[in-house]
Amino acid sequence: MSKQIQAKKLVLALCAALAAGAAAADINVGVTLSATGPAASLGIPEKNTIALLPTTIGRQKVNYIVLDDATDTTAAVKNMRKFVAENKVDVVIGSTTAPNSLAMIDIAAESETPMISMAGSAIVVEPLDAKRRWVFKSAQNDAHMATAIVEHMLDSKVQTVAFIGFADAYGEGWFKEFARIAEARKIRVVASERYQRNDTSVTGQVLKTIAARPDAVLIGAAGTPAALPQKTLKEKGYKGAIYQTHGVANNEFLRVGGKDVEGALLPVGPLVVAAQLPDSAPSKKVALDYIAKYEAANGKGSVSSFGGHAWDAGLLLGAAIPQALKKAQPGSREFRVALRDAIEGVKNLPAAHGVFNLSAQDHQGFDQRARVMARVEGGKWILVK
Amino acid sequence: MDLQIALLLGQDGITNGAIYALLSLALVLVFTVTRVIFIPQGEFVAFGALTLASLQAGKLPGTLWLLIALAIAAAAVDIVCALRDGQAQRIPKVLAVNCALPAALAALLSIVPAASLPLALQVVLTLALVVPLGPLLYRLVFQPIAEASVLVLLIVSVSVHVTLSGLALYFFGAEGSRTPAFTDATFEIGDALIQGQTLLVVCASFTLIAALYFFFERTLWGKALRATAMNRTGARLMGISATSAGKLSFSLAALIGAFSGVLISPITTIYYDSGFLIGLKGFVGAIFGGMASYPLAAAGAILVGLLESYSSFWASAYKEVIVFTLIIPVLVWRSLTTRHTEEEE
Repeated sequence: MSKQIQAKKLVLALCAALAAGAAAADINVGVTLSATGPAASLGIPEKNTIALLPTTIGRQKVNYIVLDDATDTTAAVKNMRKFVAENKVDVVIGSTTAPNSLAMIDIAAESETPMISMAGSAIVVEPLDAKRRWVFKSAQNDAHMATAIVEHMLDSKVQTVAFIGFADAYGEGWFKEFARIAEARKIRVVASERYQRNDTSVTGQVLKTIAARPDAVLIGAAGTPAALPQKTLKEKGYKGAIYQTHGVANNEFLRVGGKDVEGALLPVGPLVVAAQLPDSAPSKKVALDYIAKYEAANGKGSVSSFGGHAWDAGLLLGAAIPQALKKAQPGSREFRVALRDAIEGVKNLPAAHGVFNLSAQDHQGFDQRARVMARVEGGKWILVK
Repeated sequence: MDLQIALLLGQDGITNGAIYALLSLALVLVFTVTRVIFIPQGEFVAFGALTLASLQAGKLPGTLWLLIALAIAAAAVDIVCALRDGQAQRIPKVLAVNCALPAALAALLSIVPAASLPLALQVVLTLALVVPLGPLLYRLVFQPIAEASVLVLLIVSVSVHVTLSGLALYFFGAEGSRTPAFTDATFEIGDALIQGQTLLVVCASFTLIAALYFFFERTLWGKALRATAMNRTGARLMGISATSAGKLSFSLAALIGAFSGVLISPITTIYYDSGFLIGLKGFVGAIFGGMASYPLAAAGAILVGLLESYSSFWASAYKEVIVFTLIIPVLVWRSLTTRHTEEEE
């Protein structure tokens, strides 16, 4: 009798030890994003989305450690160091902006931790060198979006175009990308002006733009600040087409812009116009599912394009982690290596913003299915067929 | 550049310059009376504009909570002081002075739907919400260290700025807001089309400047402020309380800031952190006046506005560089022509 009890105790102790062992091997995901500072309008929906990501993947518990980097590169690096040294994370999601993500790459490579950035600029994953081997990106490259704009301009017989953009990495990146593609397709860029996100007036830039008499104007800005040049263009009597970038695809832009941004054309991820997509579009189901989850948690009409990038990063992990678990236990270097290989091997994964087809040459993985053209009509985003 | 473009740019520059001028006056006022270089001046612009916008959107502005919290804190500090002096009978008065307005505003906002009020009343409500923040901040932050050095006051003022802009992000969100124009009228003068709102900004700014002039020249309170600015100790000996002078100057600064915010929010989008840059340009104007002269500060601010407007046409990428580089020749000029500005008017 007493032996039986002892045996039972032993089994119980073993079970407890096993359970403790399993708990220690939870998958830890470090998330750093810009929930405050200039990129806060992108970082906040991303943060809300992280809260919706699955907490178990492949029967393994997943812990998300979310830190804010205040759109500050130094803080992003600090967060990254903390993830690697203290939290012993298996993978990092972040950050929101390209400068922050670029600053984190060194640590990702040095500690051999895969990271998935949500920034737009292609330089985060290109050129794919030894360091960037560890870096992936869930958001479309600017070039994806710029080609969509140029194609639309060609279709509408635009020959000359003017550019008004942010005097920062976003504006410069867009101008370079756009000018390169446009010149190659024989569209002439006749003016290139800059303004600050916080500027109270862009009259000077707009007057100079109008004086150059372009067929169309592209505004290379993100969020609500992109409404000001368009408002001023209308006010000063500009009649040509006005293009915006996908950086404005949130409802706040429509609220601030009001009737002045009607008719604006922009490339967007499928998520933004998910309900209007044909049923055959691969992203439709994923996007609608994400929108339903996000709006259930944050209120109707609250979803924005940017949160979708965090969701897509989560989908990448959801596809890759089960593969990596077959090879190694979380918390080890082997697991991080296996996870990196598994993410690189993701094929035909429909996401809210496109279809992932990653490879050793492409750590972003989207194709032309990752963008559609939309127009602002009646205060809504309408799919341009 | 033809004449029409030059006129449009000039109009734009004067509109922005008028706002900078108002802020530079507030900065000079606060500095001369309390020796505080008031970095958070711009925050009042953002709070004014965004409070009005959230009232119009039918939301309860976070400013109300900030006001209530500051009022309770100020009342608590005053009560502790009163008890320490053994004057418990002062407590009801302290409570009434500090908490009556916030309580009234809270009651009003919970009963009346602010979104349906006429614009003028919304503006009054906004000013009532934002302006008391000025004296409350003075009571809580600057009054206890009123005798500290200019450098300490500056550092504290930077920390107030960081706190306020963080709170603004929390209250109003990262995206900007705009309010509908006061008037849709437009006037055609020659070739140039002038927006009614632009004219309104310029007129209102100059009216306010004239009112300030009248206040300082003709009223007892204004003269008391001037006396404090000229000689703190001397003014104290004449029975002018440095504390009430400080509170009054902060109230005026908050009023000017909030009013500027209300004025420009129909013209441009205001973000939670817009105020800092606007305030900084006002500061460049104030430097023109050596932080002491009102007319020079106003003239400098208008010049900043014009320079900004024309440089945005010629070299938009370097606009801020051009505007802020202006400060260097001005500082050289001032340090060569003036010996010591501290005791001057």
